[in-house]
Amino acid sequence: MLQVNQVSGGYDKKLIVRNVSFHVEKGEVLGILGPNGSGKSTLLKIISGILPKQSGTVTIDGKPASSYTQKQFARKVAVLPQLHAHAFSHTVKDTVGLGRYPHQTGLFSSWSEQDEKAVQDAMNYTGITRYADTPIELLSGGEQQRVFVAQALAQEAPILLLDEPTNHLDIAHQQQLLDTIRNQAHQKGITVISVFHDINLAALYCDRLLLLRQGEVAISGRPQDVVLEQEIRTVYNARVKTQPHPELPKPQMTLLPNLQEETQLFRVKKEDVVVQGDHVLVQAKQPLKTISSAVHNAGMGWYRTFINRGVHFTYNIDDVQKENTEYLRSHGYHLTDTVAMMTAVSPEHVVVEEYQGDFGSIVIAVTAGIGNAVDVSKSWQREDSWYVGTINTWVFINGALAEEAFVQAMITATEAKTKALQDEKVLDPESGTIATGTSTDSLLIASTQQGNYIPYAGPITQLGKLIGRGVYECTVQAIHSYRQAKEEFQ
Amino acid sequence: MNKTLIAYAVSIATLLVAIWLGVSIGAVKIPIETLWSNSDATASNILWKIRMPRVLLAGIVGASLAISGAAFQGLLKNPLADPYTLGVSSGASVGAVVTLFFGISLPVLGAYTLPVFSMVGAAATMFLVIGFARLVDRSMKMETIILTGIIFGSFLGSVLSLMIALTQEELRQIVGWLLGSVSMRGWNYITMVLPFFIIGSFILWLNRRELNAMLFGEERAHHLGVNVKRRKLQILIGGSVLTGSAVAVSGTIGFVGLVVPHMTRMMWGSDHRHVLPLSLCNGAALLIICDLVARTIISPAELPVGVITAFIGAPVFAYIFYKQRRKGAM
Repeated sequence: MLQVNQVSGGYDKKLIVRNVSFHVEKGEVLGILGPNGSGKSTLLKIISGILPKQSGTVTIDGKPASSYTQKQFARKVAVLPQLHAHAFSHTVKDTVGLGRYPHQTGLFSSWSEQDEKAVQDAMNYTGITRYADTPIELLSGGEQQRVFVAQALAQEAPILLLDEPTNHLDIAHQQQLLDTIRNQAHQKGITVISVFHDINLAALYCDRLLLLRQGEVAISGRPQDVVLEQEIRTVYNARVKTQPHPELPKPQMTLLPNLQEETQLFRVKKEDVVVQGDHVLVQAKQPLKTISSAVHNAGMGWYRTFINRGVHFTYNIDDVQKENTEYLRSHGYHLTDTVAMMTAVSPEHVVVEEYQGDFGSIVIAVTAGIGNAVDVSKSWQREDSWYVGTINTWVFINGALAEEAFVQAMITATEAKTKALQDEKVLDPESGTIATGTSTDSLLIASTQQGNYIPYAGPITQLGKLIGRGVYECTVQAIHSYRQAKEEFQ
Repeated sequence: MNKTLIAYAVSIATLLVAIWLGVSIGAVKIPIETLWSNSDATASNILWKIRMPRVLLAGIVGASLAISGAAFQGLLKNPLADPYTLGVSSGASVGAVVTLFFGISLPVLGAYTLPVFSMVGAAATMFLVIGFARLVDRSMKMETIILTGIIFGSFLGSVLSLMIALTQEELRQIVGWLLGSVSMRGWNYITMVLPFFIIGSFILWLNRRELNAMLFGEERAHHLGVNVKRRKLQILIGGSVLTGSAVAVSGTIGFVGLVVPHMTRMMWGSDHRHVLPLSLCNGAALLIICDLVARTIISPAELPVGVITAFIGAPVFAYIFYKQRRKGAM
């Protein structure tokens, strides 16, 4: 649809864009990214004909852009301007109607039915029909931007160019605007080229990205091939980390601040694990990077308070989230700071150990109730409901873990737990075979992210060895403690 | 749509009333029937030989100034702009004063010598202003053009003063002409100015939608498909044809080109498809009324009409300016 080949250009004699080549297919959304002064807007101005190019070709629909008259060009390419002030007022409808300018010919250039329909459609699509007779300057910034989107849509051009369309808009309006444009691109096959300031927005809404550096193409491709830590670091000269979008297969990045504040070193020690009333409690000095299958704040995050709450085995598990939230609140725990689990075991049966390694140390805390022991390989034969969690394993690591190490730590801890159950000959009461766990076990790995960098936590790594041994020993002890308590009770 | 109809109805009615007042009021009261009956020979004579040409000339001059003012304001996106801001009318004055000063009359042009020289002065000034503005700033921002216009306007003003100082017996004639007047011009002045009025207005009217697009900036107009360079040139030429011919027949009459389009916009909106023709009607009506006041207020003596337009226009303009700023502040 649009082909840019070896284009160079800029202001006067200063070259700002150098040898840029790319092409965009029909219905595709291309984002142009780059730091300030990298030539994003200049490139767009060269394509739209505002600035002359010094060399190279821009081909639109198979013909050189320069072979179109201004009106013909405007029937092919619409441009969404950045917001600016106006000296005279137009009504919204008159403003949108100007989008029909390239379609009107002849001396009197009368307003046709098709013109009216295009304008009405564009206003309906952008939700501004009710403002039709309102002077544009009475609208808010976000609404004005919608008016200009409608103007560009009324132009009915197959190519749409945008220059930082979300500038000065709040996030709701940013989303609205980009949703509109993205949907138009898909429904009507409009080709979109947009300059973006925000890498995350560009990655979310574009099919492909073009990253400019000092006027040249640094890299181009799908968002996941462009939004890379190393590329962003070299082009923008900023420290970033990328991560997947939580719901879409698109990359997102976050800045890594370079703060001058002194980091307060801290460790989690065995003594930090205390029993308080009906729960086991750890309160770290600073948040720990945590991954867990807890009841409250499961998943990955940064938390300071860790609670393993003992409840009676008749605890009604139906509305556990709500009840547990109430519990945390009434005990004065900060909801966003706290990870909480539940166990049917009394909290004083918790087994806590600290293990030293070359890299630092780890603290392990386990509560084990094995009443609902399950052999996972036979569990498909069972038909039971949920129980209150029974083997809860906490692993606190004083070190800086890679993401990979978190996952390996979970595997290692789980394997150690299973081995402990095997050696203790804990049976699945249904199948009569040796159990691998219970039906609702929970695991938590939390790390200070200070000190030595730990890339792996497999079973023969330093950390893996400590976790394997620690979780095994603590689980065995906790099972003994559970059995002992049960005997005393009977 | 309704509002547009009302706008045209009101403007045309005002113009007709102004013409009626213009031809009937004066030292001798002329009844309206004189237009079609020939019973009173003296009245008929006064109407057709003196009043009607004067009223029509005032109308054409007022219309020319107002429509070119409207176009320049739209082009410059500046409600305070008009032919004078661009220096175009100073250029036209210099052209006309040179013709009067040297008593030039070219054989081919004959009676058209004055308006043609005036227009040449207007156009030459305009191209100098644009050429200089382009030298200063290649992208030809409108601010640059306005500033350049002011510089050239002041310079040409001093040239005019110099020529007046050098004149002796023609002094009175030129000074009177500079103050602006439509008196004692006769039908030949109308035939002289009419073709230019029609051509200039037509050129501007052809650019009515382009002016609308340019209100959003030249870059936006470019994106909407307007051939900005060509259209800008057309508008500037159309405006200087109108200004030049108006200055040639009536001298410098200020404020019509500024106030009329402004008030038209405030009342009926800034869509140039309507602003241009409405400004034309309103400008004609305003100058006819002003001329009526000029010749009756201290009769039998007469004031130059430029004095009246400035006297009415300046306070009205100040008021509009104040209101606009207040509106902007809130």
